[in-house]
Amino acid sequence: MMEKRSQSFYFLAFFFIVFVLFLYGPVLTIGILSFQGPKGGLTFPMNGVSLHWFYDLFEEQAVGDFWGAFRRSFILGLMVMVTTVILSVMGGLAFRNKFNGSNFLFYLVISSLVIPSILISLGVGLIFNILDFEVHWSTSGFGAQLTWTLPFGLLIMFAVFNRFDSAYEEAARDLGASWWQTIRYVVLPIIAPSLIGVALFGFTLSYDEFARTLLTSGSRNTLPLEIFGMTTNVTTPVLYALGTMTTIFSLLIILTFLLITYVFGQRNRRQTSDAGKAIL
Amino acid sequence: MDPEQFCSGFRYKRDRTSIMKTGKSEVVAKAAQKLSWFLVLPLVLILAFFLILPLVTIGIVSFWDYNEWNFFPAFIFDNYHYVFTSHVTLATYLKTLKFTVLTWFFCVTIGFTVAYFLAFHVRSLKWQIALFLLCTIPFWTSNIIRMISWIPFLGRNGIANSILLEMGIIEAPLEWLLFSDFAVVLAFVHLYALFMVVPIFNTMMRIDKSLIEAAHDAGASGFQILTNIIIPLTKPGIMIGSIFVITLVMGDFITVRFMSGGQSASVGRIISNEIALLQYPAAAANAVVLLSVVIFMVAIMLRFVDIRKEL
Repeated sequence: MMEKRSQSFYFLAFFFIVFVLFLYGPVLTIGILSFQGPKGGLTFPMNGVSLHWFYDLFEEQAVGDFWGAFRRSFILGLMVMVTTVILSVMGGLAFRNKFNGSNFLFYLVISSLVIPSILISLGVGLIFNILDFEVHWSTSGFGAQLTWTLPFGLLIMFAVFNRFDSAYEEAARDLGASWWQTIRYVVLPIIAPSLIGVALFGFTLSYDEFARTLLTSGSRNTLPLEIFGMTTNVTTPVLYALGTMTTIFSLLIILTFLLITYVFGQRNRRQTSDAGKAIL
Repeated sequence: MDPEQFCSGFRYKRDRTSIMKTGKSEVVAKAAQKLSWFLVLPLVLILAFFLILPLVTIGIVSFWDYNEWNFFPAFIFDNYHYVFTSHVTLATYLKTLKFTVLTWFFCVTIGFTVAYFLAFHVRSLKWQIALFLLCTIPFWTSNIIRMISWIPFLGRNGIANSILLEMGIIEAPLEWLLFSDFAVVLAFVHLYALFMVVPIFNTMMRIDKSLIEAAHDAGASGFQILTNIIIPLTKPGIMIGSIFVITLVMGDFITVRFMSGGQSASVGRIISNEIALLQYPAAAANAVVLLSVVIFMVAIMLRFVDIRKEL
């Protein structure tokens, strides 16, 4: 396979680079524009360089309840993340053998993924309305978001368990481990790196969710709702500053998760490195 | 995966203790069933309350009546009658389909090309993972921000217009770049191309490389390998990506609203407008029709792919 690069490689590589520019270009642009001078507008040219619009973020009048919205989104993201990880692992374990209704449940999970978000939003909003419950981001919003994050988590867990070598479990059981001990000391440590992936999905999908929280978050907005509200009435680069801040925050979260995965991988490699050496 | 393996532990334990009993495998199977049900119970409850119940409620409310400030129980077909007789409905569905088809086409083309490059032209696994991550990172950032970020690019005085003016390709700034159907499709492709890259890349990575070498040795050209081996074997991935892209675009209301500057319609926008006007029963009827259309489309696509095999 290590022959000389063909012409198609260079063409495809070029295509890939253009695609990456297409993905990142616009976000980088607003990243630059958020450093506009105080008199700058929403487009180039830059009218000086300043941190003016970032300072504006800290003033209530300029951006509304941005920090409150950020705090709510962050807490909600953590709630959704923890729930998604736990329920996905449980679901993944359960789905390893057929049980009555497992097929139906599987397709229910798939439909949860393909049903337009606005329908969930509308439906949950209607239920709370009819039952005269108050919609709140931590109850109705939380549940509505789970219908989006749980399918992702479960599908990842299905993929993980499809590749899981059950010889490890059998070995544990042969040594007298109980069901719970097998899960706790054998299965969970092996699948732990994938759980970080599930957690990343759970948090970011919740943190960025818009449609499902639209009618279910109540009077206090989550961050995406707050930002969308701003697009209609804020016409200064403070919008970009906000975009840059939240994107940097997202990137930090992603980086953290990737680092944890990396550290896990390194540690596993070290711990297992002497396993076969004695025999060799 | 062998489902039996999962409960073999129970069987083994029981085998020792109840070795003389008859019908023990039934008991074991029942215990495994119980355990599975116990494990999925929270999931079932959440889906029951936040997925099934909302959809049932939408179904019921679609027959209810409403006035300017309230909606109340009734059993009328007016909401559906309006959906099916309004000339807006058909036009909106056609428009939504147009967005869907265009977005799907560009996503498949881009997704396949990018995945193909990553899977077959990048040679080390390390680089494959790194470049794949590079493609997926934007997926974990905010869609709203990613939409907003097109403003300085496409606006009247935006980068695209400035460059085109500078190069002398156009003489006056193009007005249709931002707040137009073009912008809507562009944003859709920008947001959802990843949903195509990921599953296609996933299936491509499973293609046995020796198949390609064999074809190569048998004298197949690169193009023949592509059309006779890679594309057929990648179909499941393309289908899964298509399910994502099509359902996301069909149900969208926010991208269309924002990128068209409120000028373009979509089915999702009709629903969200009716919600804003508190006409819940009307929105519910529209939602039922949209749901039927989406489920119909997904059901067709699911005939071509067994999702459980692809995970």
